Formats: sequence, structure tokens, C-alpha cells
Amino acid sequence: MSEEQIKNLEDQFEARIARDEKIEPKDWMPDKYRKTHIRQMSQHAHSEVVGMLPEGNWITRAPSLRRKVALLAKIQDEAGHGLYLYSATETLGVSRNELYDQLHSGKAKYSSIFNYPTITWADMGAIGWLVDGAAIINQVPLCNTSYGPYARAMIRVCKEESFHQRQGYEIMMKLANGTPEQKDMAQDALNRWWWPSLMMLGPTDDKSVHTAQSMKWKLKRKSNDDLRQQFIDQTVPQAELIGLTIPDADLKWNEDRKSYDFGEIDWDEFWQVVKGHGPMNKERMKARVGAWEEGEWVRDAAMAHAKKKQERKQKQVV
Amino acid sequence: MKNENLYNYILGIADNSLVLGQRMGELCGHGPSLETDIACTNISLDLFGQVRSYFQYAGKIAGDDRTEDDIAMLRKEREYRNVLLVEQPNTNFAYSIGRQFLFDVYHLAFLSELQKSKDLTLCAIANKCIKEVSYHVRFSSDWVKRLGDGTEESSRKMQEAINDLWTYTDELFHQTEADKVMVSEGIGVDVTKLKENYYKQVSYLLDEADLQVPESKWFQKGGKEGIHTEHLGFLLSDLQYMQRTYPNMEW
Repeated sequence: MSEEQIKNLEDQFEARIARDEKIEPKDWMPDKYRKTHIRQMSQHAHSEVVGMLPEGNWITRAPSLRRKVALLAKIQDEAGHGLYLYSATETLGVSRNELYDQLHSGKAKYSSIFNYPTITWADMGAIGWLVDGAAIINQVPLCNTSYGPYARAMIRVCKEESFHQRQGYEIMMKLANGTPEQKDMAQDALNRWWWPSLMMLGPTDDKSVHTAQSMKWKLKRKSNDDLRQQFIDQTVPQAELIGLTIPDADLKWNEDRKSYDFGEIDWDEFWQVVKGHGPMNKERMKARVGAWEEGEWVRDAAMAHAKKKQERKQKQVV
Repeated sequence: MKNENLYNYILGIADNSLVLGQRMGELCGHGPSLETDIACTNISLDLFGQVRSYFQYAGKIAGDDRTEDDIAMLRKEREYRNVLLVEQPNTNFAYSIGRQFLFDVYHLAFLSELQKSKDLTLCAIANKCIKEVSYHVRFSSDWVKRLGDGTEESSRKMQEAINDLWTYTDELFHQTEADKVMVSEGIGVDVTKLKENYYKQVSYLLDEADLQVPESKWFQKGGKEGIHTEHLGFLLSDLQYMQRTYPNMEW
């Protein structure tokens, strides 16, 4: 194809996106579009799967049967999200095994928030309320993103995530209205998860490398800073409602902006965790790689069995 | 308690689901593939759902203010009545599948009899559970076949798991005192009558999976009387941790 022809295709492609048309797997797309989507979608899938670990940590110790069942169902939803996000990514011409390799070798990233430990039951509440809350703010705009399979997957993901968020908030509410010991547990969890949750919305706009291109492809609709502000404005009243205190001495309502002003985020901590040196990075990867390696003989057996079955069937036909 | 036999009978049924659900829950996030991970979590979820139905009913029968969580999480080790089979650890995937399979075949047969119980609540619970357990049997049987008739390594591992777990199968068909009373009242299931068909079914499937049916006739028992293997204590430490550390609180 000549350069002129490619330019022509690119123009048509961008025009389709501008008209809010969906791009489908078999449509022509620029290489960069494909690569960016593989990166972002697989990163999202990895986050769902690694995100199962900090919560899975509390399944055997959940304080009541009702909570245990809800937690199991929630983690199962996350595995489901992982599954269809991987499938959606595969439509771009990459296999799930390649994506796993990228995760296991450290080449692919996943949401840094899951590199923090879940040390008390209240962390199950804080993750649902804050982490899923921040995730929804990131993800709702993706229901209208330009790549069809991703947009469709996100509609279902978002429905379930908002259920998880309410469930998490309800855990926190119960603790906050409980005994002093329970309330302390809830406050402590909020203290530990608040700042990492703010970091989930990504680096500040001046440091964010992907924003402009992503806006054009509708992978992003608002900037990181705008999303962060939205999250804070939405979450502060929720904390007040259940009598918990946001751990930020500089947090203050700004009447002019009709928004909360907030304190400085510790970006050194953010980059430390992103670069692989958070409290749980090594453990999370060890768990994922361990499950994959220990499961190899099982996957091999399934393949071998399927092949034998097929061969027996063919023999019967002959 | 007015109907202690019925209470004990229900606990005997429910503790199996409780302990097995706890074991399957341990696998969440660590399965050999995302699909099996989801399936194992789903089985755990089903089992805990069943446990809640049974314990809510048991709480009513007890007639005091004990809740499903009190019954599930605040008994002493010797008061749990599950069979030894379900408390065996997740040594590897073959053990998890073998344990599930050996229990599922029994569980399905048991529930189909429990559907005929004169006790309408137990009958209704059995009706609901049997749909879930039919799926469990299919899942675990399929995996026994895949592993038995897969690679040399998987066949060896599956055989080893079946050999080790075999010793716990006979206990499924033991009758406790509460069992006998409940059978005589038309409420309980006579498990002794399930035995022959169980071994027939299990043997048929093992054969289909190219595995040997263990010949050993040495069996372990005790779970139904609360005499467990050493594994149960650790499982209960996890299960009971929150209720013991923070007593009398709502979650």
C-alpha cells in the first residue's frame, strides 16, 4: 500500500471514530490503535485477575456466612471480567497465553492498587468502596469507547462494579456503626486506602503520556485530574455520612470551584509501586506465576485428553 | 432442645458443605486456569449457600437466639460432624478434584433421597441443592476423566489422589444415632442403602478415566462423631478467626 493510500485509510478511520461509529475486529485499523488497545485492555484484564488475590486473602476468614458468600461472588465476577476482557483483547490478534507471558515477565502492568496488603476485614469494605469506586469513574466513559468489543465488555463490567461498590460501602457502614473496635478498623482501612485510591486515577495531567491520543480514540473522555476531582467530590460526603474522616488535613470545600481542595499526593510512593517496589508486588507476581506454573500439568492433561478423544472419534468414523 | 435429633441431623449434612466450601474457597485466585478458578469458586459459593439454608433452619429448630453464624463459626472442633473426606487439604489439583468427585457422587445420591423426606423444609432445600450438585458432579467427573486419561503425569497424580482419598469413602455410609432416628421417622436418608450404587458409579467412572479402582479395604472413620484428622483444626482457625477475635459483633 502506498503512503497516500494509508493516509487515506487513516483519515477515514479517524472520521468514523469522530462520527461515534464502533470499530470492529475485522475493520482496518492503524497499527498504533491496535497496539494501544492491546496494552490498555490487557492491562485491565490483568488488573481484574491480580485483583482477585488481595480479596481472596479473606475468603476463608470472612466474619459471617453472608459476607463470605458475597465476597466469593464478587471475586468470581472479577474472574469473569478478566475472562471477557482477555477475550476482547484476543480479537485484536494476540493470544491469552502471550498476554499471560507479558504479565508474568513483568512487561505488562496491572493496577498498582493491588500491590497493597489486605490486613484486616475492613480492607474488604475499603476496596469495594474506594478502589471499585475509583475504577468505576475510570471505566464508565469506556462504555462509549471506539473499539466495539471493549465498549460492550465494559457495559457489563460497570454494572457489576457499581454493585461491588455499594457492597463495599455497606461493609464500611456496618463497621462504622458498630462497636468502637469496628469503627477503628474502618477508619484505619480508610486511612490506608485513601491515598492509593487517589493515585489510581493516574499521574497528574502534565505527567500523563497517553492522554491526548487516548482522548481522540475515546479511550479517555476526561483528564486524570478531572477524574480525581470527581472521585473526591463524590466520596467525601459518603465518608461523612458514616462518620469516618478522610485522612487529609488539607481537604476543604472550595465554594468558588464547588469542589474540594485536597492535599499533596505522594507521587514518589506512586512511582515506587508502579516500578515494582510496593509492599506486595513480589508476592502478587509470585502467586500468579506460581498458579500458572503449578497448573501446567493440568492444562497439558486437558489438551492431551481432548486430543485422545478426538482421535478415538475419528477412528470410530473410519 | 425439643428436637435435638433433627438439629444434629441437619448439622451432619451441613457441615460437609461448610468444610468442603471452605476448602474450595482456598483455591480462589490460584487455579490452573481462569475457567477452573471460576468453577471452583462457584462450587464453593453453592456450598456456602446450602450451608446458610441448613443452618437457618437448624437455628429455628434450636428455638433460641442462635444464628447461622453461631452454628457455623462458634462450635468446638469436636462438635463438627463433617466426614473426614471433605476436610482433606488441597495437596494439588488432583486431590481437590478427587475429593470433590468422591463427595459429589455421594452428595447427589443423598440429595435425591432427601427430596423424599417427610420434613418439607429439608425437602425444599434438597430440591434447590440438587440442581447445583448435578453440575458439581459433571464438573468433577469431567476433570477426573481429563486427568486420568490425559498425560502420564496427570494420570499418576490422579491415581495417587484417588488412592489416598479412598480410605475416607466408607465413612459416607456410616449411620449416627441421629441418622437412625431420623430414618425411622421418615425424615432422614438411609445412607447404608446408597453404598452399593456409589461404589458402582465411582468404579465405572474411574474405569472410564483409565484409572484403577483401589483395592484397599482399610477405611478411616470418626468425622461424624467429631473425631477429625489434624487438618480440621487449622481450617477452623481461619473459619472462626473473626468471630473469636471480635465476639458478639455484627458484620
